[in-house]
Amino acid sequence: MKHLLSTEDLSLANAVRILDTAEEMSSVGEREVKKLPALRGRTVVNLFFEDSTRTRISFEAAAKRLSADVINFAAKGSSVSKGESLKDTAQTLSAMGADAVVIRHWASGAPHRLAATDWIDAAVINAGDGTHEHPTQALLDAFTMRRHWTKLSGLPSTGADLRGMRVAIAGDVLHSRVARSNVWLLRTLGADVTLVAPPTLLPIGVERWPCSISYDMDETLEKGVDAVMMLRVQGERMNASFFPSTREYSRRWGFDDNRLRALDTLGLKDTIIMHPGPMNRGLEISAAAADSPRSTVLAQVKNGVSIRMAALYLLLSGDTREPAATLKESN
Amino acid sequence: MAEETTYLIRGAAILGGDAEDLLIRDGVIAARGTNLSETGTETGTADGATVIDAEGLVALPGMVDVHTHLREPGREDAETVETGTRAAALGGFTAVHAMANSTPVADTAGVVEQVYSLGRSAGWVDVRPVGAVTVGLAGEQLAELGAMADSRARVRMFSDDGICVHDPVLMRRALEYVKAFDGVVAQHAQEPRLTAGAQMNEGEVSAVLGLTGWPAVAEESIIARDVLLAQHVGSRLHVCHVSTAGSVEIIRWAKSRGINVTAEVTPHHLLLTDDLVRSYDPVYKVNPPLRTNDDVQALRAALADGTIDVVGTDHAPHPSEHKECEWAQAAMGMTGLETALSVVQHAMIETGLMTWADFARVTSTAPAGIGRLTDQGRPLEKGEPANIVLVDPSARWTVDPSAMATMGRNSPFRGMELPGKVVATFFKGHPTVLDGKLNTPYRYPSEAPVAGAAGAN
Repeated sequence: MKHLLSTEDLSLANAVRILDTAEEMSSVGEREVKKLPALRGRTVVNLFFEDSTRTRISFEAAAKRLSADVINFAAKGSSVSKGESLKDTAQTLSAMGADAVVIRHWASGAPHRLAATDWIDAAVINAGDGTHEHPTQALLDAFTMRRHWTKLSGLPSTGADLRGMRVAIAGDVLHSRVARSNVWLLRTLGADVTLVAPPTLLPIGVERWPCSISYDMDETLEKGVDAVMMLRVQGERMNASFFPSTREYSRRWGFDDNRLRALDTLGLKDTIIMHPGPMNRGLEISAAAADSPRSTVLAQVKNGVSIRMAALYLLLSGDTREPAATLKESN
Repeated sequence: MAEETTYLIRGAAILGGDAEDLLIRDGVIAARGTNLSETGTETGTADGATVIDAEGLVALPGMVDVHTHLREPGREDAETVETGTRAAALGGFTAVHAMANSTPVADTAGVVEQVYSLGRSAGWVDVRPVGAVTVGLAGEQLAELGAMADSRARVRMFSDDGICVHDPVLMRRALEYVKAFDGVVAQHAQEPRLTAGAQMNEGEVSAVLGLTGWPAVAEESIIARDVLLAQHVGSRLHVCHVSTAGSVEIIRWAKSRGINVTAEVTPHHLLLTDDLVRSYDPVYKVNPPLRTNDDVQALRAALADGTIDVVGTDHAPHPSEHKECEWAQAAMGMTGLETALSVVQHAMIETGLMTWADFARVTSTAPAGIGRLTDQGRPLEKGEPANIVLVDPSARWTVDPSAMATMGRNSPFRGMELPGKVVATFFKGHPTVLDGKLNTPYRYPSEAPVAGAAGAN
């Protein structure tokens, strides 16, 4: 692995390797001194063309726990807002000796451009690009699901995949990089995915994705589900006629109090409720659902640091640049 | 001051048929036959002629492009009439239609005459300006179509290319009005609301890449409307760069109803698909976008059976900084003049779908007819204007954009090995290209060669 650009092309071996490494990293976060010397002297640049404080500080915490030097480059208020091109920015960072670039960009494919061109030689980590992918989000979601799933079966988390787990991803799939990254990664890990959304918020071509499609949230719950991932809905979608009103959206596709109760009624006592944040309480998720014991929202945030530590460590520490060690491809 | 040089093309396969000789003198084909150099002809012998050994070469009528962006005036950093027409000559063209989206827009007699003059002083090909349909391409009010038609540039093709004339009333009026001077409206069919922010073909690939889709229906719905409008007002419609299988069906239906519609396909839509966008390399960003393999196959079949009348390059050079960036930031468009012949040979002739005679129809005869160019797209017969291209169909070459005459380096065929090479291009009897290399431009007899023709005002 030279870069982490997407989960679509992430092999099972590399996915499990990142998740397993993150397990090791998470123990660092439990210690009094939350720091490893692994990336001392290496420079990680957080290059953010789009505001995202949550993702940026998660990467920053991850890099610092590995003792890397961190430079935060926010495009707003910088030379980029004065018309500097991605190429010039990348070459500038290259000249400054960046070892890794964590890039968040509003344009789909921008991280691929950095990785494919000779503008910069650093390792590129996609921290969310347009409506394309957000691979570390999907990895932290999978990490969270794997801990839950293996705990239920009483097996160790390390080395495991998600075979047999039923995951519903609900909401604005069309505009969601989180949904895309999750669909590919969960397929690779063997989970059964159902997308639940209004037809207007599913992309043309979704029928070719490795998942089921449903327009009915209640039916999806009745069929049984082990994790429900609610996607953030942007209020401005309403103005573009993707759905008639936020209230109608909330009733049909939101995770409200009735559906929270329904999980109990249906005997789904171990089903978790996930959200990548930030949440629109009362729109796609009710306050009761967000704050219930089923909610993994804060665990996801915590696991995000471990996953990003693992990604930085695997991309930047020399010995793991070699071809992936032979991990159990399947079992 | 026209050169009096005589050329004898010896042993060229005329339109891919039997080998014959062509004698070129005074801008016309003076004789066609076998062994002309030995027997002489009624118009005189070939004594003193420069002999071009054309054994193994195919002789075709000079290619006519109905769709070229020469960028001048306004974006001389992207292309000029000089560089663009050099590229055209090297690509086997003897005439190009220069699209109207320059700066200022070619929406007045003044601008079209400027482009026309630039073309004549360059002297590589016939430059036929296309007039804008609406003032400033703004889609609000008709440009002075009649003034452009009556100008020295004698504009017959009108287009807001790059932007669709989407207002149905305005489109109806344009179609009606151009009847007065036998004009044609060339429509860039793109429903604007259905393509707001569109980045690539909407389908399986766009779903994965998270790029906003450009649905086929946005093209097809406009074509369907426009053929019905053309029928209603009894006018002539040309559909630019048809890109979908559904569009082909609509045009086929329209032609079967006797509607006066012609259609164009680009070389890139005959060969490339949206799978290439997976690289996020903006060299593949173009409007209309690359579609699916099903569309490619439908377009090829339509070109072969005549549903699509012509190949138009939509040659669209851009400076490198407009392509060396994020996909969403990048300009749309690809160069095409120097690869068109090879791509069409590869996609249509080597697949057995077309002959060289068909090639001459779709790249010369039919486009000249659409643009009403009387001295282009003519048969290679005695007395006809000597606009001729000699092609080596057995040559193979690897596309290297940095070696091209166009200023644009944005060729999507970069690195591909393609068949067919232009060996010579004759424009009005003068070799603009010889031995596959640029020769010298044609000089119009009545005009001073260079100075001042570009009209600086």
